Amino acid sequence: MIPFDFDYYKPSSVPLAAEWFHLLQQQGKHPIYYAGGTEIVTWARTNDIHPGAVIDLKSVPECNVMEMQGDKLVIGSCVTLSALTAANPFPLLSETARGIADQTARNQITLGGNICGNIIYREAVLPLLLANSRIRIAGIEGIREASIHQVFSQKIRLEAGEFLVQIVTDRSDLSLPFVHIKKRQIGSVGYPLVTVAALKKDERIHTAYSGVCSFPFQSAAIDQVLNDTSLPLSARIDQAVGQLPAPLLSNVEGSAAFREFVLKQTMAEAVHTLERR
Amino acid sequence: MTLPPPAMYPVACEVNGEKRLVRVRAADILLSTLRDQLGLTGSKPGCENGDCGACTILVDGLPVKSCLMLTVEAEGKQLTTIEGLKNSPVQHAFVRYQAFQCGYCTPGFIMNCEGLRNAHPHADEETIRVWLESNICRCTSYEEIQHAVRDVFTPKT
Repeated sequence: MIPFDFDYYKPSSVPLAAEWFHLLQQQGKHPIYYAGGTEIVTWARTNDIHPGAVIDLKSVPECNVMEMQGDKLVIGSCVTLSALTAANPFPLLSETARGIADQTARNQITLGGNICGNIIYREAVLPLLLANSRIRIAGIEGIREASIHQVFSQKIRLEAGEFLVQIVTDRSDLSLPFVHIKKRQIGSVGYPLVTVAALKKDERIHTAYSGVCSFPFQSAAIDQVLNDTSLPLSARIDQAVGQLPAPLLSNVEGSAAFREFVLKQTMAEAVHTLERR
Repeated sequence: MTLPPPAMYPVACEVNGEKRLVRVRAADILLSTLRDQLGLTGSKPGCENGDCGACTILVDGLPVKSCLMLTVEAEGKQLTTIEGLKNSPVQHAFVRYQAFQCGYCTPGFIMNCEGLRNAHPHADEETIRVWLESNICRCTSYEEIQHAVRDVFTPKT
């Protein structure tokens, strides 16, 4: 059970959600936005978070869309990972989503929830970083749009009271050649040792990583090295690993040394596959 | 603007085909409400962390881990627990293949397979494998469970 009480609000529109958040914050309720709820329920149950109010976004229509609007794919933040995978509008995103948690959990976990979560892996963001998606964000001032690269650096960085409404991706990026490789310590469900997602665009390979460091990332420096075909692949990979943005993660899934070994293998698989396509 | 008042929340939903109304704290977990308020103890608390699947029920036909859902989220939903099944082919297959040992995980496995039947009436081997990954059997009856579920999706002549 969750050992404390909170209030529950279910706004039916974007402005109402932002307004309620603002009011609840003024009342000292420490509200949080809520979508699939899997992470919030887990952390509340273990007494690690103590919101005074949750604002459930699942009844906000804009948060539930999944459609082409002109040349853009628009996905609402409350679309579940299983719905996303079933509809498959963006194959790399579907493949990535399919690797998160398990099938039943994916009926609850939402795209927005995965990206905005506290759990360090946040794998669903990798395709969005690679496709330079844009993010529609709502707050008390209204809706703004920003590049994923502006609002996601190690984790989502929104202003207080803002929430993620939609993710917008150009049609031209949806069907590019891609690779998604997730390697776990054991089995086919669970957190990654290493996840590599990669897209090939204009003859260049773009890569993004989760499980390697304590946050998901895309690195221009790594991509620069990996695309330097004047070097043999093994040398490129050695150099790429030297460009990591933070120390290799060492945790129960695997030590830093083991991760480095797995990362090098996985990078080689990804680059080798895309260079042939 | 005034905010809706907090405190106890009425939640109207359909449980195993019957309309039910419960009053809950916003922080109440659906699994607890089913077991403690509605007396439906077929859904089992296992890890209570979304890992084991023993608490799996159907929400609008889809499998959901009821330990990770707030009861207030069930407003207007159709819930099906193991008590709502009567002689389903999945239940029969589990009996036929003795797909259990202690039986604690069985309701979760069966509800997950019911959800699979809803979503993929002709599920192939790979789809079955992916869906079964959501549940854990500590007695390790996996082989018998796989045989039972495979049988459910094998066309009968």
